[in-house]
Amino acid sequence: MNRRISNNIATSVFILCAVVMIATLVYLLGYILTNGFAEIDWSFLSSNSSSFQEGGGIKNQLWNSFYILMMTMLFSVPLGVLGGIYLAEYSKPGKITNVIRTSVEVLSSLPSIVVGMFGLLVFVQYMGLGYSIIAGALALTVFNLPVIVRVTEDSIRSIPLKQKNASLALGITHWHTVKTVLVPAAFPGILTGVILSAGRVFGEAAALLFTAGLSTPNLNFTNWNPFESTSPLNPFRSAETLSVHIWKVNSQGIMPDVLEIANGSAAVLIIFVLIFNLSARIIGGFIFAKISGKK
Amino acid sequence: MGNYSYEVENLNLWYGDNQALFEVSMKIPYREVTAIIGPSGCGKSTFLKMLNRMVEMIPKVRVSGTIKYNGNNILENYRAEELRTNVGMVFQHPNPFPKSIYENVIYGVRIQGIRNKKKLDEIVEKSLKQAAIWDEVKDRLHTSATGLSGGQQQRICIARALAVEPDVILMDEPTSALDPISTLKVEELIHDLKDKYTIVVVTHNMQQASRISDQTAFFLNGDLVEFDKTDKIFSNPMDKRTEDYISGKFG
Repeated sequence: MNRRISNNIATSVFILCAVVMIATLVYLLGYILTNGFAEIDWSFLSSNSSSFQEGGGIKNQLWNSFYILMMTMLFSVPLGVLGGIYLAEYSKPGKITNVIRTSVEVLSSLPSIVVGMFGLLVFVQYMGLGYSIIAGALALTVFNLPVIVRVTEDSIRSIPLKQKNASLALGITHWHTVKTVLVPAAFPGILTGVILSAGRVFGEAAALLFTAGLSTPNLNFTNWNPFESTSPLNPFRSAETLSVHIWKVNSQGIMPDVLEIANGSAAVLIIFVLIFNLSARIIGGFIFAKISGKK
Repeated sequence: MGNYSYEVENLNLWYGDNQALFEVSMKIPYREVTAIIGPSGCGKSTFLKMLNRMVEMIPKVRVSGTIKYNGNNILENYRAEELRTNVGMVFQHPNPFPKSIYENVIYGVRIQGIRNKKKLDEIVEKSLKQAAIWDEVKDRLHTSATGLSGGQQQRICIARALAVEPDVILMDEPTSALDPISTLKVEELIHDLKDKYTIVVVTHNMQQASRISDQTAFFLNGDLVEFDKTDKIFSNPMDKRTEDYISGKFG
């Protein structure tokens, strides 16, 4: 075959793949959003869900999703970022490092339902946390930690060695070099990774089925004392998140407007994940421009 | 301080099982320019990185011998950070931080604890003037250093090294990534700086060595073959191998 033809074929194949990818994405988003958008209004977002009547909302589920997300990030970001810095800068090549790295990889490929079962055994039962926000957040931390470790390590490793040398050659200690050269330069990458992983956590359902539970007690949004059982802030109450709600409504809902609720919830979920992804790009770019000085 | 910034004796260095330097002994005079020449892989950069112990960044390095810096053996009981604040280094490829010009220059002194804005401004001006780049950048100190040309970036890096007030400056092929005009500027700068600093330059370029240096060391396969006044090395070398190298027979 002549080279020009094979070149054209290769180009066409790549374009075709790209078109298939984009078409799938556009179709999916379009389908979910057009079906769901009509259901979203203020009363849908701000009223309680009903178990058998028409017209239930997703107020508690939305709140739970954000609360669990926040708590998961509170656990996984410091641990993951410090772990990533350790792997990139401090770990010496050898057995221990290999064990750590393999553990992170295995952890990141665990199916989320397995993480959920693990959470049920360890956090819910063994630690006695019950179906609770904190058990859900811990399970999601297991799920999210490897992503953050990986993102941090990659971001730090991608900084050219000459930057690090420049700092060390000025007599700056390793710790100060990490703090003032490596972490700031890696920050946009780390932040982008964290926000993207937030989207993943926000949409996760399987790991929460057995840890955060399938129901939410009646919440009193005027009571912000985290130690009271009806408080939205109480971390020891069970909490059904938005994605769990979608699963539950679809599989066992008996209200007449099941389809509408599921469509609306799915659209809300997708919109938030899209917001996370877009803001990851915008904020990452903005911070990079800021720390690197004006052009 | 004696007449020598460095007195190196019987320095051997191994990367794993490969010996890269063999029994190198040389004295580097105070406030003069010493050039190190030799073909690729002869150990000249390794030797230079030994002088501020940057070579320790490479895993599995082993060293024997002594390197006295201002009379103290830096291979024993000497903190690398302390050494490197006195011995600045300029690298082959300009490596400014992705920060503003101003932040680049004050990077080292700020970490040493100087916070006073006026003092920092003075240091920036003084260092950039010494590095002969003040006039080119004084109106855009707060713009990104990575937006400058390669030659300007290299002089920013020199200013950054000067800001911490070293007494020795090591340069690892500082002009090999620069165009001829920038190269000329950096060479003039080296000439101006030797009033105040001991300078050691590794270079690939023999014309450069003959233009800028007071003495020249010729390395070959990890041996220091010859070390003498630059005039002598380039006009009347003692060793046949030096003569072959500078007349372009190999390397």
